[in-house]
Amino acid sequence: MNGQLARQSRYRRHLLAPARGLRLWLLAIPTILVASWFITVVSMITGFLGVLLFPSATLLMRRQVDRYRDLINRWTDEHIERPYLPEPPREHGVQGIIKRFVALLTDPATWRDYLWVAADPVVVLFTAALPGLLILYGVWGFLLAAFAGGMIGHYGGSDWYAWVHVDPGYDRDAERLVSTLVIATACVVAGFLAGPRMMAVYGRWGRLVLGPTEKSRLALRVRHLSETRSEAVDASAAELRRIERDLHDGAQARLVAMGMTLGAIEHLLDKDPAKARLLLAQTRESSATALHELRDLVRGIHPPVLADRGVGDAVKALALDHPLNVEVNVEVPGRPEPPVESAAYFAVSEILTNAAKHSGARRVWIDMRHEAGMLRVTVTDDGRGGASLDAGTGLRGIERRIGTFDGVLALNSPVGGPTIVTLELPCALSSPKTSPS
Amino acid sequence: MRVVLAEDLALLREGLVSLLETHDFEIAAAVDNGPSLLKALLDHRPDVAVVDVRLPPSFTDEGLQAALEARRRVPGLPVLVLSQYVEQLYARELLADGSGGIGYLLKDRVFDAAQFVDAVRRVAGGGTAMDPEVISRLLASSTRDSPLGRLTPREGEVLELMAQGRSNAAIAEKLVVTERAVTKHTANIFAKLDLPVTGDDNRRVLAVLAYLNR
Repeated sequence: MNGQLARQSRYRRHLLAPARGLRLWLLAIPTILVASWFITVVSMITGFLGVLLFPSATLLMRRQVDRYRDLINRWTDEHIERPYLPEPPREHGVQGIIKRFVALLTDPATWRDYLWVAADPVVVLFTAALPGLLILYGVWGFLLAAFAGGMIGHYGGSDWYAWVHVDPGYDRDAERLVSTLVIATACVVAGFLAGPRMMAVYGRWGRLVLGPTEKSRLALRVRHLSETRSEAVDASAAELRRIERDLHDGAQARLVAMGMTLGAIEHLLDKDPAKARLLLAQTRESSATALHELRDLVRGIHPPVLADRGVGDAVKALALDHPLNVEVNVEVPGRPEPPVESAAYFAVSEILTNAAKHSGARRVWIDMRHEAGMLRVTVTDDGRGGASLDAGTGLRGIERRIGTFDGVLALNSPVGGPTIVTLELPCALSSPKTSPS
Repeated sequence: MRVVLAEDLALLREGLVSLLETHDFEIAAAVDNGPSLLKALLDHRPDVAVVDVRLPPSFTDEGLQAALEARRRVPGLPVLVLSQYVEQLYARELLADGSGGIGYLLKDRVFDAAQFVDAVRRVAGGGTAMDPEVISRLLASSTRDSPLGRLTPREGEVLELMAQGRSNAAIAEKLVVTERAVTKHTANIFAKLDLPVTGDDNRRVLAVLAYLNR
């Protein structure tokens, strides 16, 4: 069954590759225009107009080259990421324009892009487009043999099909007709056979020129790390402020009040024992309240079940306390590092809160598993869907927080539902802890 | 009545020992970590165990695990679990074997000595003592169209007290209503939850908890 499928998809690839190659070839037409415009602007670079136009020409070129990246990513096994160095923050005025100009000018990717737009219209002819062109040539051969050769001869024309001379008398020469058919068939067969191979060669050429260099890869990584780091620092500072405020207004204030009441009780003990007893009861009450508040605070910092049992049982406990009907399936043999556990837990907690608040869902399914070095959590609800990352649903915040751990969040929420949120966090598991069945 | 006590904070352990001793309990052993708790439970076979959920060496739910393990080996061994937190998840695990003799209380309930001692006695006698917060969180998390969500607030209160293991008379006293009113409420609760009505307090509580445990 699977083998059959694989064979089918192989045939499909052989059929599709030549057509895709031709599309890449057609893309060369706008590419040549873009390349010409870019080199024109570069030739004016000593003047102010060149400096002014350079960024837009570069971005135009990037857009064109992105089209190639997209097609290569879709049609070959290569995966090409955008290699551009981060742009400096926008500034107004002449200085801003010049800074931007210099940044784009000194980005090696700009010149590698130019290499691509200048060279690719030729390179594509000998790689991706070659099979398609061979097939077209083969088809032309069949047409010649069928009637076009005769027509050319009839009107006194002269042409060559490979090494076969097409002139008056061609359509009556069986030897030349057979040669034409053999060559045409060979071209078509070779075209279909070579299609995927040539596409792969083209993909490698694309990765070589369009992919990130070591330097830009590092620059992108550094940018990502410094962004997530500053977010993590901000978040933890805000969290500490919140805890400080909660303690200050809650337990701390209550303890002060209790101390004062105890002082009063000491005073009243002999004079008015009945009043003292009343105050004692009050004090006990407020110690219970203080404990209650501390408990809630700790639950928000690090839930006890998370500390005891890890993220799987913590999410199960969360599901039990949730107003919606939540089903949890956990296949995590062991425990991730505590910070990752905590991030995953609070992410799920927030997604559940969202589902309850916005989706109108009745049921939620949570699937949590560890596969290939990734903790993958899928939260599905049967709500009305239509959720988006930017609609203030807090999903952006979750994305940022798990970004600190190189985690990613994917949202799939068509209007009408269901909504599927998937989290992936790279992490290793420590040895499994036994838990009761 | 012989008690095994497990609590890692010395201050609280001493407090509990003196509290229980003044109420005529005999402390068979007072331990401060998970492994010695399991050993003490199996060696002493006490009439009731009072156990803190979080114990050394791992400072996770070691006490709970030891208690569950002891109950697996000695079915029905009465255990009262104390914790800074109540978790529905842990309540379910404690109730899972359906054999009673289970308590699960917040540590602050110790403040009220009389009630606490009452709870220990109830658990020792094979009854239950569920913290009101277990039930209130359960009620808070149930949706309007689930059977639990259909209970009136008063019925919820009665259910809460029932889960603590109180008799109709005690519930009536607590809510300042007649015992007949309580009987009516319980009948309603049982009807709404689709449970068989029974006069026996203990079996009644177990039926309710088994239902909550589904």
